[in-house]
Amino acid sequence: MSSKGYQAGVKEYRDKYWTPDYVPLDTDLLACFKVTGQPGVPREEVAAAVAAESSTGTWSTVWSEYLTDLEFYKGRAYRIEDVPGDSESFYTFIAYPLDLFEEGSIVNVLTSLVGNVFGFKALKHLRLEDLRFPMAYIKTCGGPPAGIQVERDRLNKYGRPMLGCTIKPKLGLSAKNYGRAVYECLRGGLDLTKDDENVNSQSFMRWRDRFDFVSEAIDKAERETGERKGHYLNVTAATPEDMYERAEYAKELGQPIIMHDFLTGGFTANTGLANWCRKNGMLLHIHRAMHAVIDRHPKHGIHFRVLAKCLRLSGGDHLHTGTVVGKLEGDRNSTLGFVDQLRESFVPEDRSRGVFFDQDWGSMPGVFAVASGGIHVWHMPALLNIFGDDSVLQFGGGTQGHPWGNAAGAAANRVALEACVKARNEGRELEHEAKDIMTNAAKNSPELAIAMETWKEIKFEFETVDKLDV
Amino acid sequence: MNSGISGDYQTQQTLETFGFLPKLTAEEVQKQIAYIVANGWSPSIEHEHPSNSMDHYWTMWKLPFFGETNIGNVLAELESCHRTYPGHHIRLIGYDAYTQSQSSCFVVYEG
Repeated sequence: MSSKGYQAGVKEYRDKYWTPDYVPLDTDLLACFKVTGQPGVPREEVAAAVAAESSTGTWSTVWSEYLTDLEFYKGRAYRIEDVPGDSESFYTFIAYPLDLFEEGSIVNVLTSLVGNVFGFKALKHLRLEDLRFPMAYIKTCGGPPAGIQVERDRLNKYGRPMLGCTIKPKLGLSAKNYGRAVYECLRGGLDLTKDDENVNSQSFMRWRDRFDFVSEAIDKAERETGERKGHYLNVTAATPEDMYERAEYAKELGQPIIMHDFLTGGFTANTGLANWCRKNGMLLHIHRAMHAVIDRHPKHGIHFRVLAKCLRLSGGDHLHTGTVVGKLEGDRNSTLGFVDQLRESFVPEDRSRGVFFDQDWGSMPGVFAVASGGIHVWHMPALLNIFGDDSVLQFGGGTQGHPWGNAAGAAANRVALEACVKARNEGRELEHEAKDIMTNAAKNSPELAIAMETWKEIKFEFETVDKLDV
Repeated sequence: MNSGISGDYQTQQTLETFGFLPKLTAEEVQKQIAYIVANGWSPSIEHEHPSNSMDHYWTMWKLPFFGETNIGNVLAELESCHRTYPGHHIRLIGYDAYTQSQSSCFVVYEG
């Protein structure tokens, strides 16, 4: 037997999968993991194990690997970096050859990269921090069904963020009463309203009844205001067949937009629905229930910037990103980092925003960033500064909690938003001059004045759990 | 009872962006033109009879003013359009060639 022949046994991962001299190819899919190994295991061995277990390797040598060229297919750990301020963990960068992944399948990419490896015993924790998708792969993905520019044209919304709100109470309303709440919000000045994520088709309000009443609410609000309106009809369902049935009915009613929960529904369902939307001229709003289970722990799981990139490729026209200022977790720089990934055509590496790679999106359309959760009129100047025009600002309690009802609450938000947009365009410093801008706007709007009075004391000041490593 | 409103809450006819603010004064319109010009967008004017305001396409007042950086000229065109069509809605648009969208659009005169 020659020394090159098959020898059963266990080899050290680093012999094959740690390649510090490797220069990544433009066609490689690159990943950055934050790795926390078990004590005593060398960094290179742990990094190589991650590369192996997320690509071609298994724990034992097998004879059949000699039937292929594993040098061509293997993932390679090519760099290790310290995590600032953390001696226990380190970053490892891994390059995967393009041929490992089925075209247009985010499912396949994630099954490889965040599969078995996350349960690997040699690791205490593992977190996928960022991915660099090569242009060759991006071109195989459908992406957003419409994109920012097309949605603006369809809905006739220019030069400002859109305004939305989730209809409350989230569960328990009858379809007719629910449609009333929608109508009140839209006639008052919102552009869009939204089904809550867990509104699917329960016994108190079956989906078809909801779709019928909401459709009438939109028609009437459009007629009366002279503006275009929409409601995200949630088609998330138990099976793909149910999902498509609901989507088809929304289309039959002439509705502009439907909604899906991409993590609980799954990427297979999401990509299929996005393709359906593209084919049928429907906009797609994406909710992110379950994301904090996956992305909140600073050392384990998947950072939301990765989930956001995956969603842009799988397909969606809106994605929730957190608000930075409201009731839900979200560091400002980190949020800005993944908001860029949703909307821009090129995002350069920027560690101060948690961006580990240059990412070229080519001609892929952009996704609106959706800020929703515990925000009210006082947050408006900061929200406009943080999210800019290509966003949807959603005020649920901040609209429907208005003392005079939904329509007045909607008007208050719309006045605040337009006053801030006007002030920004005039070159004023929104966050510094917030009080002055808002107080002046309220002089012409009793709805805004009472909203400012109602919510003046509400703050959500807690430390962010997942901070950037700086 | 609600203290601040009398009777029911009326729906407003509005015309998208800035429809909820008091009509902009000439000086305020100038500032918005300055914003359009400073961003490198092309100012453009459109007008339409109020009965057709929901249409995507309104009638263009001349061609978009490509390369125009003089704010006074744009304001003069707006006034000229308003004199010619006093009963029409007239909107000012900033065409952004990079995003292939309108990065600004609001109604200056209501018919």
